[in-house]
Amino acid sequence: MIANTKQQAVLLAIDENKHLEGALLPILHRIQHDLGHIPSEHVIDIAEALNLSRAEVHGVITFYHSFKTEPRGKHVIEVCRAESCQAKGGRAIEAAVKAKLEIDFDQTTDDGEITLEPVYCLGNCACSPAVKIDSQLYGRVTEESVSDLIDSLKAEQH
Amino acid sequence: MIRIEHPNDPSKDYGTPSPVTYAEIADKSDLDAITGIIDGVEITVAKGTSVMRAAAIADINIPKLCATDSIKAFGSCRLCLVQIEGRRGSPASCTTPFEEGMVVTTQNTELAELRRGVMELYISDHPLDCLTCSANGDCELQDMAGAVGLREVRYGFEGENHLDEVKDESNPYFTFDPSKCISCSRCVRACEETQGTFALTIENRGFASKVSASQSQDFVDSECVSCGACVQACPTATLTEKTIIEAGQPEHSKITTCAYCGVGCAFKAEMKGEQVVRMTPYKNGEANRGHSCVKGRFAFGYATHKERITTPMIRNNIDEQWQVVSWQEAFSFAAKQLKGIQAKYGRKSIGGISSSRCTNEEVYLVQKMVRAGFGNNNIDTCARVCHSPTGYGLKQTLGESAGTQNFDSVEDCDVAMVMGANPTDAHPVFASRLKKRLRQGAKLIVVDPRRIDLVKSPHIHAEHHLKLLPGTNVAFINTMAHVIVRDQLYDAKFVAERCETEAFKQWMQFISDDKHSPENNEKVTGIPAADVTAAARLYATGGNSAIYYGLGVTEHSQGSTAVMGIANLAMLTGNIGRRGVGVNPLRGQNNVQGSCDMGSFPHELPGYRSVADDAVRSTFEKAWGLPIDNEPGYRINNMLDAAVAGEYKGLYVQGEDIAQSDPNTHHVEAALRNLDCLIVHDLFLNETAKYATVFLPGSSFLEKNGTFTNAERRISPVRRVMKPLAGKEDWEVTQDLCNAMGFPMNYSHPREIMQEIASLTPTFSNVTYERLDKEGSIQWPCNDEAPDGTPTMHLDEFVRGKGLFKVTEYVPTDEKVTRRFPLLLTTGRILSQYNVGAQTRRTENNTWHDKDLLEIHPSDAVDRGIVDGDRVKIASRSGETHLTAQVTERVQPSVVYTTFHHPESGANIITTDNSDWATNCPEYKVTAVQISKVIQARQNSEWQDQFESFTEKQLELQPNGKELQHNRDKLQPNSKELADIESK
Repeated sequence: MIANTKQQAVLLAIDENKHLEGALLPILHRIQHDLGHIPSEHVIDIAEALNLSRAEVHGVITFYHSFKTEPRGKHVIEVCRAESCQAKGGRAIEAAVKAKLEIDFDQTTDDGEITLEPVYCLGNCACSPAVKIDSQLYGRVTEESVSDLIDSLKAEQH
Repeated sequence: MIRIEHPNDPSKDYGTPSPVTYAEIADKSDLDAITGIIDGVEITVAKGTSVMRAAAIADINIPKLCATDSIKAFGSCRLCLVQIEGRRGSPASCTTPFEEGMVVTTQNTELAELRRGVMELYISDHPLDCLTCSANGDCELQDMAGAVGLREVRYGFEGENHLDEVKDESNPYFTFDPSKCISCSRCVRACEETQGTFALTIENRGFASKVSASQSQDFVDSECVSCGACVQACPTATLTEKTIIEAGQPEHSKITTCAYCGVGCAFKAEMKGEQVVRMTPYKNGEANRGHSCVKGRFAFGYATHKERITTPMIRNNIDEQWQVVSWQEAFSFAAKQLKGIQAKYGRKSIGGISSSRCTNEEVYLVQKMVRAGFGNNNIDTCARVCHSPTGYGLKQTLGESAGTQNFDSVEDCDVAMVMGANPTDAHPVFASRLKKRLRQGAKLIVVDPRRIDLVKSPHIHAEHHLKLLPGTNVAFINTMAHVIVRDQLYDAKFVAERCETEAFKQWMQFISDDKHSPENNEKVTGIPAADVTAAARLYATGGNSAIYYGLGVTEHSQGSTAVMGIANLAMLTGNIGRRGVGVNPLRGQNNVQGSCDMGSFPHELPGYRSVADDAVRSTFEKAWGLPIDNEPGYRINNMLDAAVAGEYKGLYVQGEDIAQSDPNTHHVEAALRNLDCLIVHDLFLNETAKYATVFLPGSSFLEKNGTFTNAERRISPVRRVMKPLAGKEDWEVTQDLCNAMGFPMNYSHPREIMQEIASLTPTFSNVTYERLDKEGSIQWPCNDEAPDGTPTMHLDEFVRGKGLFKVTEYVPTDEKVTRRFPLLLTTGRILSQYNVGAQTRRTENNTWHDKDLLEIHPSDAVDRGIVDGDRVKIASRSGETHLTAQVTERVQPSVVYTTFHHPESGANIITTDNSDWATNCPEYKVTAVQISKVIQARQNSEWQDQFESFTEKQLELQPNGKELQHNRDKLQPNSKELADIESK
């Protein structure tokens, strides 16, 4: 059932974007958005639709950090590690989030709920340090405020 | 615009490709020139030349790593930086075009420091094991470190690095060691630009960048086709041939010609003593232009395979043990037998078959031995069963039995129609050149019952894939011509000037008939009317249109008709007589063209001249000093029929395995059993040799001198790089046998045989070994009228004078589907294997294809309860055999397909006696069959069981039979597999 859904999502993304010039990125974005990752077993579908090799599609997917090849948690927390955020105490935020979730960067909590990822600039330098939770950006965060945000994510689940 | 020299020293890498096309070089065209100064030297080059190449032409060699002249400049390594007067910074010389008045500095202190800095970074993440590295002595990284004077690496080696990356050894021929990789992308670009497969990429980015085969897979599991282009392009030890890892760097080399398909690639055989350690495609080879495929590049190990037989053997009959004898004993035994047969059954009771795998000189000698030594014209060649209709059809219409173009011509082609050919598998190097042109925008029409790779693969697709039913080629060709005539898209001027008026009128009347309309023929060919109409219009109006065709055209009951139809089409649209167009038969074997040229047909002396022609015959009679029979001799099928009838008793077969390759195996076997004397001259004890009484060990292309003629009429030298394992080159064996027969021959080198060929054959009259050594290769005709050879034929007029339109009535084959045999079987080849597989099966190429499979469409499979991997029975009117099914949509419903590379598959058990009306070329491509699932415990057909036991028996009859049997058991993949199936 899940395989079917994946397949459908991929085919839909292809169908909707195939006509575009340079359709590969829009297709990948759509799949990433719908599935949270780009399943490697469906790279062949994308390649065939665009008359590319699997290698080429793989090259593009792996070039961009925002395209994931493995499923991620239901929520993604991105902590900025770029210069400005580090200067404003970002490292402490990193440590706090890791400790709270008991995972390292690029890992997902055991319950599959939250994935932690590093990010190199969210374009929010004026309000450093910054984190992004799913599509929501948060500036001038503190260890406490991040902890609260995580709690509210967890509360949501229950 | 001036004339510019184009230096092309094959040992030199000019860094970036020449902007001048092969056509411009061949035409000695005047070009726009650029003059500037590099390091104080004034240099004039063609417009579009890079600074790097301009410098290299002047022998100013700018350091480089990511640049090589087979692929476009990339500008990533930053080692080739130069300074240009009036410009800021230090641009990369590979990506900067040389401009008028440019003043370039390639060496000064500043540049030296920049380069040393770049090099230092590379080396900080590279294992420092040069002395024990497989690329030692052939490493551009090492060379560049030397060139820039790198003396220290300030960064140390402690930081994060790639030194522990794991080696991928999955490909049988080369290894991929990412720890040595400098991420220059040369392999990725070679795979894209040279080969056109796009199997490689750089995954990730920045420090994590890594070459990846497909999706981070092992090479052997990826899209890689093992052509070797990446290995060739790699500047380090990252991609290295396993033979080099084992043996070390070669110490000398010779240029020779590949002995696989009709592309005829030039190779550099790289040697250590007499051991070939590597075959690399030769940059100046005009057929392959520096490219190769998995067969020529890597599959040469068969030459020293342990199953090679290196001593002559004789026996009185096929149930007797073979006796190893001296050459002399073998020759006298054979001659005595042959003479005895002639005394008893008459002069015409013996004959010979020459081989398209042997050299021109060898083939010439075989036909000479038959005509002069045996005193009859019973000489035929394996081209009989592949391209004889090409010879006939093109001679009739255009006047010469050969393709009209060279391979470079594809670079000027706008529309390519590929019919009954599968170039990516059977002619891979040509396929790469075609794909390159398609990526530049040329259009493609594929005419094939099966979805070949050219129909759609990365960055190319066929505009039209016309999926015709096997056996309806002529109906299809007629439809194409009908549409072009109906829509008045033909080149009336060309036809009026170049073709016979009366014949054209008759043909017009014939083709205008509505019965050839797309609508009417739709039910015959199965091609939708709209598709064939669109394809015809594209072919007629798309610019330079070229037809490339293969055995899917010739191996039919109307093979010759189809070839003539193709010639009609080319003449009708004026697509002949210049670059980029033409009629191009893709020859199956290395020397199909040559073996036909050399008079291997029973009715023709060398140069396609009739034995019935008194003037021609007298030329040869004078040279050979005895009369030649004026009656054509037996064709292969006549020989076999006469053998079955008991009238034909002795046969000399050189380098062909008729028991496996010829149709209707039962009939062939019956004929061979009926012979009193069968002399097999081959590398291996092949299927035919199991019926032989004399075995003469052959020599591979590495063991002899001679020439091959490829599909573009290119005569290329074959050079001996090692001693013949059996002591004699093949031409010497034929010569000795002929001497034993009482007709003296006394050549001391193939050079002398070529002199004789040239003196007797007008199209070869200016061909000499001296010229071949100097020029590399020559395309015939090469004579006083065409002293430089002939890249494109029929330039101003056809060889026969006026082109002749032939009426090509479609006559359906007798091989019809019925309720009993409702499917059509067609056959073909696969990339890794070659023909009957005698060579490639004895190499690691089996990794990719260790057995023949039967492709069947899902709907036909479902009807029969067949699933992928099932053992199935294929039954035809001739016989039955068992294969493993592969359920695939590559084939259309009602058509099944298999390859014929493995003898135990028995593909020719099923094929029938039908053949081309004009040439008897067998109808391999159409057999009505039924497929059913094999349910009994026995997984082989009756014939396959007999084949097994006969093979075992014949192995035991060999001098070292026991040992071979033992090895064979170890090598048999089938037995274990069958046991697995049975246990299920």
